[in-house]
Amino acid sequence: MKRGRAHWLYLAPALLMLGTFLVYPTVHTIIISFFGPRSDKFVGLANYRTAFTAKPMLLAFRNNAIWLVVFTALTVSLGLLLAVLLDRVRYEVIVKSVIFLPMAISFVGAGVIWRFIYAYRPAGTPQIGFLNGIVNALGFQPIGWLIERPWINNLALIVVGIWVWTGFCMVILSAAYKGIPKEMLEAARIDGANEWQVFRYVTIPFLKSTIAVVATTMVVFVLKVFDIVYVMTNGAYDTEVVANRMYKEMFAFRNYGLASAIATILFLAIIPAVLVNIRRFRAQEALR
Amino acid sequence: MSRRFLSISLVTLVIAALLAAFGLAQQRSVTVMVLWSGTELQAFEETLKPFEQRTGIDVKVESVGRDLPTILVTRFEAGNPPDVAAMPNPGQMKEFVAEGGLVPLDFLDLSDHPKAFVDLGSVGGKVYGLFISADLKSLVWYNAKIWGKAFSISTWDNLMKFTEGLAAGGKAAWCIGLESGAASGWPGTDWIEDIMLRTAGPDLYDKWVNHEIPWTHPAVKRAFELFGQIARNNAYVFGGTTGVLSTNFGDSPAAMFTTPPGCFLHRQATFIQSFILGAYPNLKPVEDYSIFVFPPIDPAWGNPLLGAGDLISAFRDTPEVRELLKYLASAEAQAIWVGKLGKLAINTKVDPAVYPDDITRKAAEILKSAEVFRFDGSDLMPAAVGSGAFWKGVLDYVSGVSLDVVLAEIEAAAVAAYGK
Repeated sequence: MKRGRAHWLYLAPALLMLGTFLVYPTVHTIIISFFGPRSDKFVGLANYRTAFTAKPMLLAFRNNAIWLVVFTALTVSLGLLLAVLLDRVRYEVIVKSVIFLPMAISFVGAGVIWRFIYAYRPAGTPQIGFLNGIVNALGFQPIGWLIERPWINNLALIVVGIWVWTGFCMVILSAAYKGIPKEMLEAARIDGANEWQVFRYVTIPFLKSTIAVVATTMVVFVLKVFDIVYVMTNGAYDTEVVANRMYKEMFAFRNYGLASAIATILFLAIIPAVLVNIRRFRAQEALR
Repeated sequence: MSRRFLSISLVTLVIAALLAAFGLAQQRSVTVMVLWSGTELQAFEETLKPFEQRTGIDVKVESVGRDLPTILVTRFEAGNPPDVAAMPNPGQMKEFVAEGGLVPLDFLDLSDHPKAFVDLGSVGGKVYGLFISADLKSLVWYNAKIWGKAFSISTWDNLMKFTEGLAAGGKAAWCIGLESGAASGWPGTDWIEDIMLRTAGPDLYDKWVNHEIPWTHPAVKRAFELFGQIARNNAYVFGGTTGVLSTNFGDSPAAMFTTPPGCFLHRQATFIQSFILGAYPNLKPVEDYSIFVFPPIDPAWGNPLLGAGDLISAFRDTPEVRELLKYLASAEAQAIWVGKLGKLAINTKVDPAVYPDDITRKAAEILKSAEVFRFDGSDLMPAAVGSGAFWKGVLDYVSGVSLDVVLAEIEAAAVAAYGK
């Protein structure tokens, strides 16, 4: 056998799997995104036009943008804060375990749990929701957490995502933080830097690439956020997100063309984040 | 040796497989995909028992719950549909007919079925769907301990006066709950359909359902507004509009039976009885709670009734499928089915004595005497409208979005959906 042929034999199983389960569905999705609801007639860019002009879609894009900013900023910064502060306490392991725990819960489960936390009962009747129980005890009227638009309900949903993902950010950042040579931090302190300066000029620069990886991972997650919204509001009261819209068009309304167009847009939007993520990850690996 | 052993075992295997296949072919069977679960599924299996015993046909029931539309579509597209399936609604049945998926049920004798239901199950003059039971939707439920067994309000004006009178005393008249998970909003669509029938009449209602008039039509607007007069008025509904939006439809009527009651009237279909009894198992029908018909609004249109039903269609035409559907159309099968559930039978030969209580019997009488009957309109519309934009529109409207914006949005979805 000639050299240079055999490697195809070894690659074949992997290529076959990738081709069947990744490449083919992707190409097929892109193709049917140019066809009508039942994939029978060619409609050109009509589905993309709808995706970028229909009101429910514009709303979904807006909400994904809110998720992108608020969710990413809060998960990463809370994770960083916890990683740095918990490093200084004795009961670090316990606290970190508790904060990491929600990662073990599925998003659907988290959604159901938080539906109870946000539950609303008419004023004057016993509040079964945790938050409205507190609001009631303080003497205020109960609040429709998942109904008041545009901020309360969208933020209420984002909080669920933060609750689930902060632990992940914290664990990764904490591992990186512990990798900072102690001498460096001590040297900075001996040179007269206060704690804020140590954090700002030593810790942050050292953690920069880890923060970037964690942040891009969050961005990838947030662009395809679906479960939490589907379970808690199904996009009602202006909480719609792109992935939930895609599911509706596909499985509820049977508009395969539009659903595929949305999937393709989502796919294209995620690619840059994934590329950055991979590049950073490689850079980090190279450092080791 | 090993080679011979291999060939012998191969031959044995093939023979065994052939025998097994033959054996399976001997056992006559039919697969049925249904959306029922829990007590409804149990009742359906009870209904099938006499049939299975008599014919020896094995009916394999596959319960897929509320995911039925998704699963049915996927299986159909993959060329592997069940023999028989419950349809989520007549609208989706029509879509399957248009794609050539369903077989016509011309072997059924439907002379004991009301024409209205036969027509609802037909496309182009051919029957494709068999109704096995119905729910009557135009009903108002009330606490009979407070208002008495014979309580009834017979005009819309009186209904509004009654509502206003309670509001003046600081009490909310209505229990409304629109929350229903991913299907939130549907109870509001029933309200609007009931009002539309009473203010615009059945012909305009049909045009609306078929999108021959736009959603911005004054008649549609008026129906929304009359619903809004109640549902958007914080003094008329228990818990205010936020209460309406966050209360689950099934929990909603329970507030009529608390002390003191949170509300006094609840507009909902026959099936809500099981939810009332679920929350308060000790309540007695008629004595503790009862019904009256949702009153007429415009006298010209009288008192039309709104309802829905359980629909069965067939993807394959086999002798077993025919026998099963003939059985399900019969009074015998429907008597078992409705007797267990408190739904209303379609077959007119079903003895009213099989109904579990007097309220169901009363609802059956009301349905029988109907001059005009219309099917739940949102179930007849394309899913993107009837199970999408309409639901969302109701939620938006009740939560305070202006009606013109809401109707324009549903219209935009309808233009896209009806065109395809």
